[in-house]
Amino acid sequence: MTRHSISPRKLLPLISFSVLLIATFALQERAMSYLGLNLLFNLTIPIALATIGQLLIMVNDIDLSVGAFVSLVACIVSTLLVQHPWLGWLALAGLVLAYAALGALIHRFELPAIVVTLGMSFIWGGLALVIMPAPGGTSPEWLRALMTVKPPLAPMAVVAALLIAAAAHLLIMRSGIGTVLRGLGGNSRSVARAGWRLSGLYALTYGLAGVFGVLAGLTLVGLYTSSGASVASSYTLLSIAGVILGGGEFIGGRVSPIGAVLGALTLSLAGSLLAFMHISPDWQIGAQGAVLILVLAARLLFTRREALI
Amino acid sequence: MNTSQPVEAVVALRGVHKQFGAVRAIDGIDLTLTPGECVGLVGHNGAGKSTLVNLINGTLKPSRGEIDSHVTRGGRGSAIRSVFQELSLCPNLSAAENLRIAHPTLKGLGWRRRAGAEIRTSLDQVFPGHGIDTDARVDTLSIAQRQMIEIAIGFAPRGGQARLVILDEPTSSLDAGIAEQLLAYVERFCAEGGTVVFISHMLGEIFRVASRIVVMQDGRVVAERASQDFDRDSLVDAMGHVAQHAPSAEQRRHAEGSVSAGAASATVIEDAAGLSARRGEIVGLAGLAGHGQAEALAKLYFAGTSGWRAPRQPRMAFVAGDRGRDGVLPLWSILRNLSLSVLPAGAHRGAVDRRAEATLGREWQQRIGIRSDDLGNPITSLSGGNQQKVLFARALASSAPIVVMDDPMRGVDVGTKQEVYALIRAEADAGRTFLWYSTETEEVCQCDRVFVFRDGKISAELSGAEINEERILAASFEMQEN
Repeated sequence: MTRHSISPRKLLPLISFSVLLIATFALQERAMSYLGLNLLFNLTIPIALATIGQLLIMVNDIDLSVGAFVSLVACIVSTLLVQHPWLGWLALAGLVLAYAALGALIHRFELPAIVVTLGMSFIWGGLALVIMPAPGGTSPEWLRALMTVKPPLAPMAVVAALLIAAAAHLLIMRSGIGTVLRGLGGNSRSVARAGWRLSGLYALTYGLAGVFGVLAGLTLVGLYTSSGASVASSYTLLSIAGVILGGGEFIGGRVSPIGAVLGALTLSLAGSLLAFMHISPDWQIGAQGAVLILVLAARLLFTRREALI
Repeated sequence: MNTSQPVEAVVALRGVHKQFGAVRAIDGIDLTLTPGECVGLVGHNGAGKSTLVNLINGTLKPSRGEIDSHVTRGGRGSAIRSVFQELSLCPNLSAAENLRIAHPTLKGLGWRRRAGAEIRTSLDQVFPGHGIDTDARVDTLSIAQRQMIEIAIGFAPRGGQARLVILDEPTSSLDAGIAEQLLAYVERFCAEGGTVVFISHMLGEIFRVASRIVVMQDGRVVAERASQDFDRDSLVDAMGHVAQHAPSAEQRRHAEGSVSAGAASATVIEDAAGLSARRGEIVGLAGLAGHGQAEALAKLYFAGTSGWRAPRQPRMAFVAGDRGRDGVLPLWSILRNLSLSVLPAGAHRGAVDRRAEATLGREWQQRIGIRSDDLGNPITSLSGGNQQKVLFARALASSAPIVVMDDPMRGVDVGTKQEVYALIRAEADAGRTFLWYSTETEEVCQCDRVFVFRDGKISAELSGAEINEERILAASFEMQEN
């Protein structure tokens, strides 16, 4: 037998997403349109990108600086990149390199990533405040145009989500180097024994996560057309929740990029659904948490059942 | 190159020393490995075999001495391959993906297809009829299947050619039939000019495949001869253990007068599948690897122990075979690992009694011979066999009347095995019940009663003189005819 039957556990991200989507459509028929879908998922694009960045790190670590990092990128994009494009791109490239260096350092000195990234989140946040003490700025014209493009058939938000999921799947699940990076999470000793330089691989992982963080910041500014030093501060927890909702685990390199994008979509859908149900925004964060716990409980049940078979 | 060698050596070590801090792991070794030979490397746990392996394959640099090689050594694309005792695949990847990690030239579109083809070819060559799904994630496969994949990756061409393959306890989780396939393949590989270093505690296998046997003790080579110049006793002598034959099952049972295993003693375990055990009895679970023995044990153990509170008098204790997965706590010290099972009993108002814990540690260190100066050292500082001893001590130190053992002797050397056999026998005579799953016939023959498993069910129950290799093998294969 070469084909595997897909276990219900793997389908869970799709199932939970579908359930919420159907519920949303039932409550608000107008969401079931080109414009409606775009409004529903527009703001998820940067979250989905940040979630992929988080997923790369979560192959064997966790990144608590995603939110601050994306905010800093957004600040640079909405100021420096508009005024001095070259300098702006240079700064963004520098940020990616800094992320890569961080990965190499974390491996070289066996530092706990959770602590290093928590510390870095304050540095990113501080830099963002220096660049942009008060919210404001504008979006580069081309970026705004890109994010408001209206492709035929499906709205931009849906197309972008599909593109992100496909690209991340190819990179992480299908490509050779993605396989090695996942192997790093599964058993780093075995990867080292095969002759790989681990510090290089860690730098690559973090560098790639940095690239996705930069993409998240870019799309964020394209959508909001402005930014602030804490514009994306909720992304840290949203991205972690997205990976978990998508069937990923904190350790062992068991991740699913498609699931993670679905997880990010599910989370923002949960917010919209609660709004349609006229639940006060005060309760929304808590309700999102409840959705997360529900999905995790369902996953646990499936895992238990699989273990028994 | 060393010109004094008649045949060009694959690897030649001259006066090699390796020191870790104050510890001399390798203390002056000269060793030449030539094409076409299979070298059996034996020595008890901690003799320095693993360090020697890592020097040969280029992972470690010698502190002193020279290592010459005319093949690619170390790094990716190495012609020297090592298959390690502890399973070292990436569990979250498939067999094909694991091959990719060790394969320097597998690139570009379609690498998955090529990787799958290469690993399947290699598996087919070494283990014909293996039936392993190479696209399944490794952690969904059995330990035996994982070991088979690891061996196949070791022999796979990987963009070059394997010239020297070091197998460290390769058969410890394979059953007899599959181990035989491996031994046959090793012979073919050597006949075609390859070199194999075969490390095993199963001396029968060493005699079966090795053309030369190298005996190590305390970081030195203490004997090196053609394998026909050794016999079992002289080899065990050379390893530094007094040759002590396990009393054959029958002799022992006669001598014992069946005080403990008599039909009179009370049945303490009985499950729906037909597994049962009496007080003071050693019950074996045999059969081919992966036929439901481990599952039967786990079911029994969890049914008997799961609960919200750890009781002060546990009903069962467990000795793990897969140390890394369900045995050691790698961040803890030796002592903490050992005392884990007795914490509820030794606790004083919820706090651990440190003095009693230390006493217990010293007592068991002596009883079971854990080789370490300081029980406060991390458990990972011990060799595999010594870690296993700690797990035995953990289970035996508890007051549990039933001890469940899931193939606990994997990678344990001959001397230690004899010590543990004696310990188990003594504990059973004192009234403890043992449930013992093993893939080795020698161990199964230590039992009073044996259940043979096949396809998840008990296919035979043997006791007394019926327990022998033929009967067990017959019961393992019996139903296959239908």
